[in-house]
Amino acid sequence: MTTSRFTRRGVLKTGAVAGAGVALPTIFTAGSASAFTNEPKGDTVTFGFNVPQSGPYADEGLDELRAQKLAVEHINGEGDGGMLNTFSSKALDGTGLLGKKVTYVTGDTQTKSDAARASAKSMIEKDGVIMINGGSSSGVAIAVQGLCQEAGIIFMAGLTHSNDTTGKDRKKHGFRHFFNAYMSGAALAPVLAKAYGTDRKAYHLTADYTWGWTQEESIKAATEAVGWQTVKTVRTPVGAGDFSSYLTPVLNSGADVLVLNHYGRDMINSITQAVQFGLRDKVVNGKQFEIVVPLYSELMAEGAGEAIKGVYGSMNWNWQLDNPGTKAFVKSFGEKYGRPPSNSAQTCYVQTLLYADAVARAGSFNPCAVIEALEDFDFDGMGNGPTFYRGADHQCFKDVLVMKGKENPTNQFDILEIVELTPRAQVEYAPDHPMFAGGTLGECNPGD
Amino acid sequence: MDQIILQFINGLDKGSAYALIALGLTLIFGTLGVVNFAHGTLFMLGAFCAVVMQRILTLSAITIDPTQKDFLGRPLEVKTPYVELWFGHDIGQLLIDWAVPLSLLLAIPFMALVGWVMERGIIKHFYKRPHADQILVTFGLAIVIQEIVKQIFGANPIPVPAPKAFSGSLDFGVLLGFDPNVIVYPYWRLVYFLFSSVILAAVFAFLRYTTFGMVVRAGMADRETVGILGINIDKRFTIMFAIAAIVAGVAGAMYAPINSPNYHMGMDFLVLSFVVVVVGGMGSLPGAVLAGYLLGILESFASMNVIKDALPGIDQIIIYLTAIVVLLLRPRGLLGKRGVMED
Amino acid sequence: MLGLNRKDTTFFLIVIALTLFTPFLMQPFGETSPLAQFNGGYPDLMAKVAIFGIFAIGFNILFGLTGYLSFGHAAFLGVGSYAAVWMFKLLTLNVFPAVILAVIMSGLLALLIGWISLRRSGIYFSILTLAMAEMAYRLAYSVLTPLTNGETGLQVRPTDPRILDGPGAADYPNLFGLELSRSWRLEIGDHLFTFNVGYYFCAAFAILAFYISLRIFRSPFGLMLRAVKANQQRMNYTGLNPKPYTLAAFVISGMYAGLAGGLMAAMDPLAGAERMQWTVGGEVVIMTILGGAGTLMGPVLGAGTIKYLENIFSKINENVLHDWFSFLPDGLENAVVWILSRFTGEGWALTLGLVFMLVVAFLPGGLVEGGQRIARLLRRRGGKGEGGAGGGEETAHTSPSTPPAAE
Repeated sequence: MTTSRFTRRGVLKTGAVAGAGVALPTIFTAGSASAFTNEPKGDTVTFGFNVPQSGPYADEGLDELRAQKLAVEHINGEGDGGMLNTFSSKALDGTGLLGKKVTYVTGDTQTKSDAARASAKSMIEKDGVIMINGGSSSGVAIAVQGLCQEAGIIFMAGLTHSNDTTGKDRKKHGFRHFFNAYMSGAALAPVLAKAYGTDRKAYHLTADYTWGWTQEESIKAATEAVGWQTVKTVRTPVGAGDFSSYLTPVLNSGADVLVLNHYGRDMINSITQAVQFGLRDKVVNGKQFEIVVPLYSELMAEGAGEAIKGVYGSMNWNWQLDNPGTKAFVKSFGEKYGRPPSNSAQTCYVQTLLYADAVARAGSFNPCAVIEALEDFDFDGMGNGPTFYRGADHQCFKDVLVMKGKENPTNQFDILEIVELTPRAQVEYAPDHPMFAGGTLGECNPGD
Repeated sequence: MDQIILQFINGLDKGSAYALIALGLTLIFGTLGVVNFAHGTLFMLGAFCAVVMQRILTLSAITIDPTQKDFLGRPLEVKTPYVELWFGHDIGQLLIDWAVPLSLLLAIPFMALVGWVMERGIIKHFYKRPHADQILVTFGLAIVIQEIVKQIFGANPIPVPAPKAFSGSLDFGVLLGFDPNVIVYPYWRLVYFLFSSVILAAVFAFLRYTTFGMVVRAGMADRETVGILGINIDKRFTIMFAIAAIVAGVAGAMYAPINSPNYHMGMDFLVLSFVVVVVGGMGSLPGAVLAGYLLGILESFASMNVIKDALPGIDQIIIYLTAIVVLLLRPRGLLGKRGVMED
Repeated sequence: MLGLNRKDTTFFLIVIALTLFTPFLMQPFGETSPLAQFNGGYPDLMAKVAIFGIFAIGFNILFGLTGYLSFGHAAFLGVGSYAAVWMFKLLTLNVFPAVILAVIMSGLLALLIGWISLRRSGIYFSILTLAMAEMAYRLAYSVLTPLTNGETGLQVRPTDPRILDGPGAADYPNLFGLELSRSWRLEIGDHLFTFNVGYYFCAAFAILAFYISLRIFRSPFGLMLRAVKANQQRMNYTGLNPKPYTLAAFVISGMYAGLAGGLMAAMDPLAGAERMQWTVGGEVVIMTILGGAGTLMGPVLGAGTIKYLENIFSKINENVLHDWFSFLPDGLENAVVWILSRFTGEGWALTLGLVFMLVVAFLPGGLVEGGQRIARLLRRRGGKGEGGAGGGEETAHTSPSTPPAAE
């Protein structure tokens, strides 16, 4: 059994505490005698895995946690090493991190920015974590990223797709491996144009909050660039449950494509109901009516069941990709948990390894040194092909997957198929692109 | 014009679900005088009956097929549902396809049991306690049931498709003389509308035309006198609670194809069903039905683009706004009896 | 002292002492002890206990005294937070203006919502408040995003004007330059205690909040509120109009909630819309009932218990459990861990629901009543003891107070 007791033991072991039973105050200092926040001084270093464990994304959080545990095992030299065998950087040798064993604590974000901040705060203050990883919504990512900047630790974002995370809310201490709404649009639009033609009229249903808005903006811009028209964009309440009153006007609007800018439970309900409305059986303007879901995830696809067959969407990564990194990861994950990893699991796994690798290359846990090692880092072998961590906005650039719901699945995990691997060059943009402008990274902050 | 007809149909359909959920709640309040915050949870349990039925029907025998591979490249385990093995492929597939309607067979006895256990185990002891205590204990119960469901089924919604015979939609517009594709509505939602009408009619007929119903109605009016007459009203109240649970349960089971069941859906519907009951008048059955349809239609119209453009966000709050207005102007609700909870 | 009688003075002094020594009380175990997992003496949790203590004390003034059950108090918490963060953004990161505006804004909103909702009572009042809070939450999440920053939450940015702050001003919420996040650590042997500026700032307000609540409980005004709960009709007959009293209680409790919201923003300058959701309002209801509605100490106890459960219990994941029970034979270990893990870690909400149901069913006076019962039992057993640990504590709960109104 792995033992992890998540205390700040490390601080004390090397501290000036002579013997037990000393009843007088020995140190009385402001802050502690560390060079930076939560400097690990014992023989262990603690990571914080902050994922949704309750609420609508709990299953996604569970999958992230599986991957994060696997990453810790591989860093500590247990298991088969996974992507460490294929990773282009060889700084990690499976002996822990700078001679210390990696342990972790877990927290529950509840997919609420408040709860996520509180949980992250307690990890930083009580458990002394040096890095936080995880999450499955942009609101949470942006909130926790801000906290980490203030506290002086590193945030390796999990699933966050909004442009703002590395756009107007970018932070020096926050790093995103996941792709974003702009990239989804850039990758999807050409494929859609090829499949459905350039003369299409789109109707958007958009979840009424920041992520929904940035995705709507991105997809609208990208599809209009290939010649589509946007008939109408309609905002729907988050957690509406029943979307019928938003779906009824669609057929009659003259639109022949429905774009669902929803995620999670909203997406599962809206697409199921849209299909029940028989939209995809209709012919409008002489063309077959189609539905598009710009952001896919395996769990949503599972939840929507039959409804996603033939529906296009985009993903950050998929277990069916044919490259050595993917194969190594799917093998160690699949053998341990009996199911293929989701794309949120992959992003968390990779982010954890990337952080550890940056520490190893920098030779220090100091956040400023780690940030320097991560910025403008080129790597390969992590499942996404050659990848670049841009220093200007801390966004990763790599190929984007365009997916389609599989018509004839052969087993329970075989729900989506890869349609196209959009090359990195096609989804790149300048750091000051209008959709991302207005943010500043700020300064590196080592804390106390 | 066509938009208005369409939203009207949609409102009736939404309203039928609201009415069905609110009916059981107001039934319990009217007969037992109990405010049940766990009512949404009963709806959720009903929806999970559909999930369980689907799982039962798809229980499978596992055979290894070396010609196919799973995601790790190992021989694939092929699952064949037992019902297909027993009844042949076609009948087996048909049974699985009809899992949702069949789940009513499971939902009725199961929800009756749940209702009975809840009333005898907990609610019974709270008849004489203040409403606040009833709200609190049932709120606690709702949390407990919800967490148990989450631990068993996980947090991700589980898809439960409607029978294939009801997929697709009916083109109403053509019947009314509009162009094709102008007014269409899914078959399954129409089925749900009919189903809820039948259930509503059955509950009303039961209370109006049976001796049992008469006694219960008498008990609603004056519990003590009925007791003095030597009628065991307690036992009938237990049965009433079970009936309310069944109504909520079947409403949930049939709703499963529309809204994939997840552990939290009870809380989402709880607030809504309370609003419906309060607007209709606490304890008034016709009131709950009327308010259900009314709120459904209002909500549909509020989400029309024209109205949303004029008043952004109105579709998000219309239900609550209506509740506030009704409560202030007509505190006993639309059809509430004079003097019931009217202060 | 301070207009309190001797018994209350002692009680109040005990409360002050408990608050001041919280960093010790919540950190009973040494860092290397296997029980260190249960230590809760870190700044965020201590401040949360104080903040939610304030929230619950305020809620208790309304619910405990008048019996009006509001599910909408989350709205005031949220407005308090938004007001505070806007002050940080526009004026200064000094926390005083923020807290003051938080209290004023929430008081105004409470006046409006209270004025509307208090036209009804009982379940109707509960539904009205619930509807208002839900409306506030939905609008804050979507349409009001320019004001609230929606899903992400309103936060302080380097580009904010902050017109009162000079160029050298602190970048974090501070008390005239002293940052709230600042901590001093004290090591005694194996023990590590943390003294945090923010915690003591919140604690000072908590003591003040407690003092005001104590004065209200003992005042003629408090008596009048109790009369509203006991029998509103009789009150009407004696020619007293209960409305102004209940409205005053509603506004006061709303201002308490706003203060709590302001302090939350001061400890962590981000205000999320979820703070306004009715389930957060439900949480303060649970806290108050769990501790003991209508008692002085109860709400604080309830707030402490729930925040502790939420933060510490939810961290006991299966790894930790395996660690504890590793001395058992493997099969038994797995069985024990499996059962316990249903109730800890992710399952902590199940524990909360069960405890809450049991308390409502068997301990209508909450933990305070439980404590009193145990004290009484001990006293009887040990012959004669001291006059009750709780000092001036009393349960105002009168069960079963009113028969169901629907008869």
